[in-house]
Amino acid sequence: MTKTDTALSLAAAVTCALALAGPAQAADEMEKCYGVALAGQNDCAAGPGTTCAGTSTIDYQGNSWKYVPAGTCVEMKTPHGMGSLEPVKA
Amino acid sequence: MPTHREFARAFQMGIHSGTLPPGLTACNSDEVDRRFAVYRNNVIHGLKQALKQRFPAIERLVGAEFFAAMAQVFIQAYPPDGPILQRWGETMPAFLEGFAPVASLPYLADVARVELARGRAYHASDAAPVDPARLTEMALSNSEAMVLALHSSVQLLTLALPGGSIWAAQQPGGPAAPTTWGPECVLVGRSGMADVRVRILASSEAAFLAALSQGMPFGPAVHAARMQERGFDPTRALADLLAARLIVDVALAEKGEFR
Amino acid sequence: MLPNSPGLGFKPEHFQAIAETHPALGFFEVHAENYMGDGGMPHAMLTRLRADYAISVHGVGLSIGGPDPLNEDHLLRLKALCDRYQPESFSEHLAWASHGGEWLHDLLPLPYTPETLTLVADHIDRVQEVLGRRMLLENPATYVLFEQSVIAETEFLAELVRRTGCGLLLDVNNVFVSCVNHRTDPRAYLDAFPLAAVKELHLGGHSEEDLPSGPLLIDDHGAPVADPVWALYAELVSRTGPLPSLIEWDNDVPAFPVLMAEADRAARILGAIRGQAYAHAS
Repeated sequence: MTKTDTALSLAAAVTCALALAGPAQAADEMEKCYGVALAGQNDCAAGPGTTCAGTSTIDYQGNSWKYVPAGTCVEMKTPHGMGSLEPVKA
Repeated sequence: MPTHREFARAFQMGIHSGTLPPGLTACNSDEVDRRFAVYRNNVIHGLKQALKQRFPAIERLVGAEFFAAMAQVFIQAYPPDGPILQRWGETMPAFLEGFAPVASLPYLADVARVELARGRAYHASDAAPVDPARLTEMALSNSEAMVLALHSSVQLLTLALPGGSIWAAQQPGGPAAPTTWGPECVLVGRSGMADVRVRILASSEAAFLAALSQGMPFGPAVHAARMQERGFDPTRALADLLAARLIVDVALAEKGEFR
Repeated sequence: MLPNSPGLGFKPEHFQAIAETHPALGFFEVHAENYMGDGGMPHAMLTRLRADYAISVHGVGLSIGGPDPLNEDHLLRLKALCDRYQPESFSEHLAWASHGGEWLHDLLPLPYTPETLTLVADHIDRVQEVLGRRMLLENPATYVLFEQSVIAETEFLAELVRRTGCGLLLDVNNVFVSCVNHRTDPRAYLDAFPLAAVKELHLGGHSEEDLPSGPLLIDDHGAPVADPVWALYAELVSRTGPLPSLIEWDNDVPAFPVLMAEADRAARILGAIRGQAYAHAS
């Protein structure tokens, strides 16, 4: 392929891509976008909202850890079986 | 009498350890413990909420109870070092890699990397998409030497495990979890104001985007992708970037640059 | 200056309702630290709000009552935010949140002593110097007291006003919560409060626990404003005249109309006192 062929094919790729992408959207997306789970993280300091019940210090000493992952990970099929990449040790 | 610094240090240690700092009183002194516990709870609860918001897919994967307990260990290990909570949590992938109770779930760290990138993209600065007429003009005059500037939200992640696919599988109506397990390249970018997207890339497209994000001109960037895949055609990748409004400027490389 | 009418704490989930209904409110208040990213939706929403309403920027992370020097980077971020949005008011808390480089992200209490008075006054001076504006300082809700405290909270705040020229943000719910928790009289607290410096009021919900000695109220901003707090508010504004009055709701945030109903209740109270000559004007 000659240098000019390359340049032409690259230019063609750009114009095709523009056509594929379609016109730039000028919609008022502010009205559409409310996926704001990441907003407002600092509100906890203003309205802490817990009671005096419940806090315990979690002493993480490896083998004294009593919690087991129990979310969607247990349903996930991996190359090493369900839920985990390694066989679960009994 | 302790100085204010000594007071604050003792109070702060008490928050973490549960040991009552000296000097606290209440109208009924027997109740000081339970009253101080309100502050302990507020601190831990607030920080746990912040981690839940930042790492929702991790919470879904391990379950709420496990996540809450793990969050408490994370808070002790890596407490916030600044006043802006959305900047906190960058050490979560490293934490997950070293946290023995999740040793059997090694993909969690990569899922956390995706969630961190999404948070950064959400807050990235705004930029209008490139003018299509200008891009066309530049492409027709010197396509090889044009430099495409990508939106500041664009992040390319090279993951050892399919963290992008696993993240996607955790979303409402998301695809099934991946069946092939291997390294994955992921593009995170924000389309417009709030639409943070996660896309799994072929290795050639990843090489192309990595080259563009380093400021390499279009011609050499396509060449870099063809080192990965001989027949790489940039049309699809460009169209995706344009549709997501992630190309924000175009300029001509200085002569001699990248050649 | 904020208008002497009700305002609401802004929650992103209410943006659509606000944009569509343009509710009659005096102002919106935002937490400064949520608007310290570079761009995206938080700034887009605040820009839109700012176009239609007066804005109060309320900081939660400056740690004015802490022993460490104020974080200068954070002060500059606050300045950038205030320069960009030109809010009618900037306020922070008489509390601390960080020490030794760690941020606890809660509004923690401090003993009131000559040492802390000087420290807090210096911090307020620094804030007002960097921001180039007068700030308001908010009274805290507290659960414990300190043996080393030798100055009453109201006196501490009054002296800060004298030394720094700052204004005060009087949180009526915090007064009620603290006074119930410490078994003191909220009306006596308000009698001792330097009301002339008050430029904004806060109203929020609290929850209640039982201790052997009686109730312990928690300032959780997760419920409607309680009736005794409304009563205290009505008495207060009948003495001061109408003031900017914010409804805060930060936990279990309800649908927008629920917040508007709270704002309407504040508006009715303000309207009633506007109809009369209020105490200090007669």
